[in-house]
Amino acid sequence: MLEARAISCVKGDRLLFDDLNLHLRPGEACQVLGGNGTGKTTLLRILCGLSLPDSGDVLWNGLPIGQDLGRFQCDLAYIGHTNGIKMDLTARENLAFSLAMQSASAGPSIDDAIAKVGLSGSDNLLCRLLSAGQRRRVAIARLYLTRASLWVLDEPLGAIDADGIQDIESALEEHLSRNGMVILTTHQSLRLGQGSVCTVQLSN
Amino acid sequence: MSGLATALHALIRRDVRLVVRHSSDVAHPVMFFIIVVAVFPFGVGPDPALLSKIGPGIIWVGALLATLLSLDALFRSDFEDGTLEQMVLSGHPLTVLVLGKVFVHWCATGLPLLIATPLLGLFLGMTTEVQLTLLAALALGTPTLSLIGSVGTALTVGIRRSGLLLTLLVLPLYIPVLIFGASVVLAADAGLPTAGHFYFLGAMMVLALALAPLATSAALKISLN
Repeated sequence: MLEARAISCVKGDRLLFDDLNLHLRPGEACQVLGGNGTGKTTLLRILCGLSLPDSGDVLWNGLPIGQDLGRFQCDLAYIGHTNGIKMDLTARENLAFSLAMQSASAGPSIDDAIAKVGLSGSDNLLCRLLSAGQRRRVAIARLYLTRASLWVLDEPLGAIDADGIQDIESALEEHLSRNGMVILTTHQSLRLGQGSVCTVQLSN
Repeated sequence: MSGLATALHALIRRDVRLVVRHSSDVAHPVMFFIIVVAVFPFGVGPDPALLSKIGPGIIWVGALLATLLSLDALFRSDFEDGTLEQMVLSGHPLTVLVLGKVFVHWCATGLPLLIATPLLGLFLGMTTEVQLTLLAALALGTPTLSLIGSVGTALTVGIRRSGLLLTLLVLPLYIPVLIFGASVVLAADAGLPTAGHFYFLGAMMVLALALAPLATSAALKISLN
């Protein structure tokens, strides 16, 4: 269970958000809404423990995440606005590295993940040679490799075509049905059939 | 194999692979080193006695500048493409991962300097004994340079065009290594005992090995904040 208690963040001399509360139980998704520059990415980074809020606490299963950051982050899969892949490695090499970096040795295979994101033909090309959408798909493929229960996704649908968006929606639904948790930002409308999607609205 | 060992192994393999695919970039510092040392005799004149006297100093300064030149690449690309974030979020101790990255960095820059040194020593008319001492001093000194440099790089990775700032931060910490590294060769040349100098170089390396990864991982987390 992820909980944010009265967090606030100031960037420069601008207050991005103040007294923000968030509650996410297993099986729930949360969509962070807001225009450009309203602090969506900042909020997600705070929830991951990459940035610190100016005040307030983020709690994981009732404990502040700072208390055992390593354990919390083992339960976390984060896809930021950068893809987190190496341009001079192939899709397969990038995913093999991501898999090896995970603390829990999970069962899923790289071949499955590559097939699920539709990169089967181009998995041995350097990511430098892939299109923007294909690179995003390599980043998304990490979700099929992880056993993490909390997914934090920053604009996962950017540059991805309609078929890809459908695949991601079904992956999210499957994750939620396994009692996973998802927090994401997106400007596209997202269709998640079952499970409740709460929203957090950020504004200027 | 435990999770951390698997992760470290994968990180080292990945970085080695990237080094191989970027071999022209990686050859840059060592080429710079060779050019600096090779050009010196043209500047100071071809006097063998003078060259063998100032040779060790030239090689040390060349190695120091070449290391400085290579530092920016240590974390820059990982920072920009987001793989550094993924590393921080992997749940593994960042200090250990940093140590793996610095190790590969040293293999790609420090080790080629060591390999090029005997050739350049010959160039500058050094005796075999002096050359061996110089090589041993560089073997102890260049890892220290990489480790100290990693702290400065981690602090400045969030800043664009941080080259000058990085130099200002790191250079004062490089000076002790330079002093002991060059003076051990002078001592050997004069027939004096060199053990004391080597102990100092060794102590600096051990100190850097123990403390630099801690400072580097803390600085990386600040840079990502």
